[in-house]
Amino acid sequence: MTTLFYDGTFEGLLTVIFEIYDRKLSVVRLFKGQQQAGAMFGEKLDVITNEVYATRVLKGLRKKLSPNGVQRLYIAHMAEMDNEENNLVGFIRYVFDSAQNIEDDYGNRYVIRLSEIIRMMRREKHRMEAFVRFQKLKDDTYYASVEPDFNVLPLLIRHFKSRYADQKWMIYDLKRSYGIYYNGHDTQFITLDFATVANPGDVISAYTEDESIYQHLWKSYFHSVNIPMRKNTKLHVRHIPKRYWKHLTEKI
Amino acid sequence: MNADRITEKLSILADAAKYDVSCASSGSKRKNENKGLGNASNGICHSYTEDGRCVSLLKILLTNYCIYDCAYCVSRKGNDIQRAAFTVQEVVDLTINFYRRNYIEGLFLSSGIFKDADFTMERLVQVAKKLRTEHKFNGYIHLKSIPGASDELMREAGLYADRLSVNLEMPTEEGLKLLAPDKNRQDMIDPMQFLKDEIILRKEEKKLFKKAPLFAPAGQSTQVIVGATPETDQQVLQSANYFYQNFNLKRVYYSGYVPVLADKRLPALNTSVPMVRENRLYQADWLMRFYGFNVNEIVNQGQPLLDLDIDPKLSWAIRNMQAFPIDINKADLQLILRVPGIGVQSAQKIVSARKFGKLNWDQLKKIGVSVNRARYFVTCNSPEFERRDLTGNNIKQFILAESQSKYLKNKPNQLNLF
Ligand code: SF4
Repeated sequence: MTTLFYDGTFEGLLTVIFEIYDRKLSVVRLFKGQQQAGAMFGEKLDVITNEVYATRVLKGLRKKLSPNGVQRLYIAHMAEMDNEENNLVGFIRYVFDSAQNIEDDYGNRYVIRLSEIIRMMRREKHRMEAFVRFQKLKDDTYYASVEPDFNVLPLLIRHFKSRYADQKWMIYDLKRSYGIYYNGHDTQFITLDFATVANPGDVISAYTEDESIYQHLWKSYFHSVNIPMRKNTKLHVRHIPKRYWKHLTEKI
Repeated sequence: MNADRITEKLSILADAAKYDVSCASSGSKRKNENKGLGNASNGICHSYTEDGRCVSLLKILLTNYCIYDCAYCVSRKGNDIQRAAFTVQEVVDLTINFYRRNYIEGLFLSSGIFKDADFTMERLVQVAKKLRTEHKFNGYIHLKSIPGASDELMREAGLYADRLSVNLEMPTEEGLKLLAPDKNRQDMIDPMQFLKDEIILRKEEKKLFKKAPLFAPAGQSTQVIVGATPETDQQVLQSANYFYQNFNLKRVYYSGYVPVLADKRLPALNTSVPMVRENRLYQADWLMRFYGFNVNEIVNQGQPLLDLDIDPKLSWAIRNMQAFPIDINKADLQLILRVPGIGVQSAQKIVSARKFGKLNWDQLKKIGVSVNRARYFVTCNSPEFERRDLTGNNIKQFILAESQSKYLKNKPNQLNLF
């Protein structure tokens, strides 16, 4: 058993694959970060991300997978889910060890795991598209804070950019401390310095005057459409898990 | 803006609109090509009510003043309630400001009928027109088509709206006669017919001229109330099927009657909402639209009511045990779709995956098959198979015993289908 460490980037992951084949490693474990001295048995190796190797592996993947297959792998890695690295490595090795394209082989544990990860990512993306609540600031930017389970912000750009093409907006991931900002033409990634405050929403008190009116109207609308005779709290919470509530205007 | 006044109107006119269950905002393909506001494509549920229904659109009445007196409707003339009316501009402002904050996918505007059909329809059209032309709004707009409105107005409505709907309200003509004696079913069917023809015509036009304007790209839908009149599920589904087939409807919505009014023609006020039945109807509707079932396979003379304790697919399967077991590694997709516990996505995955090797129970489970149900109806690459001499009734009992608490306590909902 060889334990590998890498920097957590996609190029890093591809470099790991290169090393596995180059060194003919059979049983491996992969971790993000650097080697720690001590307790682990077996061989240890820090993999240094190498663009040339990564590109070669990517080329190989493109030959064996459809463009969509490559993209799914990329998204699954972007998710930054804990302890999924080894499944991704398993998937890529299965790709290279098979003669044909295996991306639809749902009987294989790695293929089905990848499709589960993609499903979770897609669900989180949909949730964000649904649960983002913009608040209008005095400079006419519409601002929203979010705390998605997985790293989905990059997947949101296309949707919000085409929908809100004529307004400035910003969506900020408080968990991962970065956001996307659209200035009316292009989007860019940004980080804000909220160092000492838990919720940027509190700092930005620069809301427009009618912001609170519309928030109030929305809450009252939400209240009016409820049919008490049909109450079903379990179902309600299944659709909007409680962890999302704190950023939902109607649930605050 | 007088915030208090608007708040009051909104609560009255949203409250009056909420019994229309349709919330869909999908099926359109309006793009944001003019660098305006919004687009309409897949439809997003931005929130959920405490009863678990999707909140996707700002669903309101323009007014709840009405000259009619339909027994099942809270807005009926004879009901002593608070009345209110929005101005066109108020609806436009609410829509735009809710939309910009990502609260909604668009607007669903309906109305009580004040003065006459044309007068009412004209106001609805004005709202849509203003949104589209003055505000470059490309979000979703669903307008109610008011029975009896002129063809001219209907045509204009189609040019601005993504979807139009006429609610049949009662599954049968007799039901309607009983509860809305001054309404005429033909008046509801006429606009459907008109729109159906117009939509077909415009589609042809669009094929020839790319620039031809969109016309109600998300089609038409309707709603029927169930449980207010004594129709059987067979009557309800046959009628839905008829409208799907003859009017190219995109959706039929089933709304379990909420007893809000005392009227001797209606169920008593303390009757509970038939939510399980409503859910079963949606499941049956899905079987017709996505699973290749014919309406007569689901309900018929011998079986006029849907089973309340099991879903209609399982119910069909145990009545047709001669069709099973099927071999999951060989059977056609169409057959796999008929197996209880296998949804559309799992069925497609199975068909893809089995090219790489025969599938066993473990793999099927991972793929998303509910093996607890499916195991009575399929064989796969595992030696274990449920004893073949089980009767349909035995199977029903087993499955029910396993999922009892889930089924009886937590009433299923329309989104959680199979
Ligand atoms: S016409 Fe419409 S709004 Fe008026 S009472 Fe009948 S159902 Fe209600």
